[in-house]
Amino acid sequence: MNAILRIENLHKRFGDLTVLAGIDAAVEAGETVVLLGSSGSGKSTLLRCINFMETPTEGRITLHGRLVGEERGGVMRYRESELCKLRTRIGMVFQHFNLFPHMTVLRNIMEGQVTVLKRGAAEAAAKAREQLARVGLSDKADEYPARLSGGQKQRVAIARALAMDPDMMLFDEVTSALDPELVGEVLKTMRRLTEEGMTMVVVTHELGFAYHVANRVLFLDQGVILEQGEPQQVLKEPATQRMREFLDGHSLFKLPD
Amino acid sequence: MEHTWDFAAILANWRVLWVGLQGTLIVFAATVTLGLGGGLLVGVCRYAKTPLLRLPSMAFVEVFRNTPVLVQIIWFYYAFPILTGIEVNPFLAAVLGISLNTMAFSAEIYRAGIQSIEPGQWEAGRALGMAYQQTLRRIILPVAIKRILPALTNRGIEVFKMSTLASVVAYVETLNQAKLIADLNFNPIESYTAVALIFFAVLYPAVQGTYILERMLRKSE
Ligand SMILES: Nc1ncnc2c1ncn2[C@@H]1O[C@H](COP(=O)(O)OP(=O)(O)O)[C@@H](O)[C@H]1O
Ligand SMILES: [Mg+2]
Repeated sequence: MNAILRIENLHKRFGDLTVLAGIDAAVEAGETVVLLGSSGSGKSTLLRCINFMETPTEGRITLHGRLVGEERGGVMRYRESELCKLRTRIGMVFQHFNLFPHMTVLRNIMEGQVTVLKRGAAEAAAKAREQLARVGLSDKADEYPARLSGGQKQRVAIARALAMDPDMMLFDEVTSALDPELVGEVLKTMRRLTEEGMTMVVVTHELGFAYHVANRVLFLDQGVILEQGEPQQVLKEPATQRMREFLDGHSLFKLPD
Repeated sequence: MEHTWDFAAILANWRVLWVGLQGTLIVFAATVTLGLGGGLLVGVCRYAKTPLLRLPSMAFVEVFRNTPVLVQIIWFYYAFPILTGIEVNPFLAAVLGISLNTMAFSAEIYRAGIQSIEPGQWEAGRALGMAYQQTLRRIILPVAIKRILPALTNRGIEVFKMSTLASVVAYVETLNQAKLIADLNFNPIESYTAVALIFFAVLYPAVQGTYILERMLRKSE
């Protein structure tokens, strides 16, 4: 198997609160995996463990067949420099965009390239324009983020992550803060990435996206992956009561017949 | 009480006051640079996760925020040399006292500025692979400092006025020179009024300038 990412026995506790209680999963190159789960089930935490924005309490994460961190005395140790390097290879897009307000759109997309990857300004700018074109916002290069709509901001955030040439992308409810009429443009951009073969892990409540775009759906519940499989199967014929309840909560979603 | 105002002696001695104003400006330049620059360093340490940086900077802020600048200047001039055998001239005593106090106050301003930045900005920097220092320098501080600029310019105004405290160790600055004129010409009313006028004449336009600057920055948001 050609797994880009392998997660083994991942646990995450915040004090007494156990959020993740033994996650095993793998993501293959070019795959789009949608992560479902009710609010507070630990979807963000799992995503943030993948790029080590949160340090796992227990477990191992392997990227491209290489274990992240070192095992010493049965405990995983991570060096910040290794994690910084790893984060350049995993793009992340957030619910609230988190664009840098004091930089133009172009500068936003250049920032990581210049500061972290040490690319020259000309190369970074060219790359930034390329990515802006990819998300359909070439005309916004010199605007400040405050002047963009939510959907445009999110597409800039996607371009910013893509400009680092990541091996995979993480999306954390990236359409949840958007006005309904702006959701479509962002989902369309993401769908295009899937079609281009980007490896993606997507947390979303857009079941339509999961159904039509995902290769695989994972359902997170009580700290473990309760169900997984092809979206057509998992969303249409859930095996567990919890999953059925979760799907019933999304009454707006109508499965195509 | 009747007083006939007579500024003749002041005008005749304008050079004496001019020398004083130069001294004031030199102390101001040194203390505002050290105070606001050093305050940034202390403020960043105040915010640090490691107690190794956080606790000493916290202690520093509390010590220098809760002792009078005047006492610090006098202490550095009279007590410090006896304790350490290191000679301290009036200029150094004044600069130390005013700078340390300004560092303590501005550190709290910087910290508040940094804290006002949405956590998402740190996250975005980190997610791009930026180190803590890089995120701080390139993402957090530019926005934070813009936000706290009014508070910082306020500090700057205070620092300028605090320079008069240097007169207590007979450093040659405006107030000290005015006292000289007053003692020689028996005209304290005119002398000290002149000091107030000089400070107003320098500060008022400067403050107006900062208002304009702030308005320009707000527009560029
Ligand atoms: N840094 C943290 N400290 C303490 N508790 C946290 C932290 N981050 C998340 N949690 C808790 O972990 C649980 C899962 O959170 P999260 O992963 O954000 O869920 P989801 O994204 O599925 O809504 C929640 O109960 C949340 O309060
Ligand atoms: Mg979440």
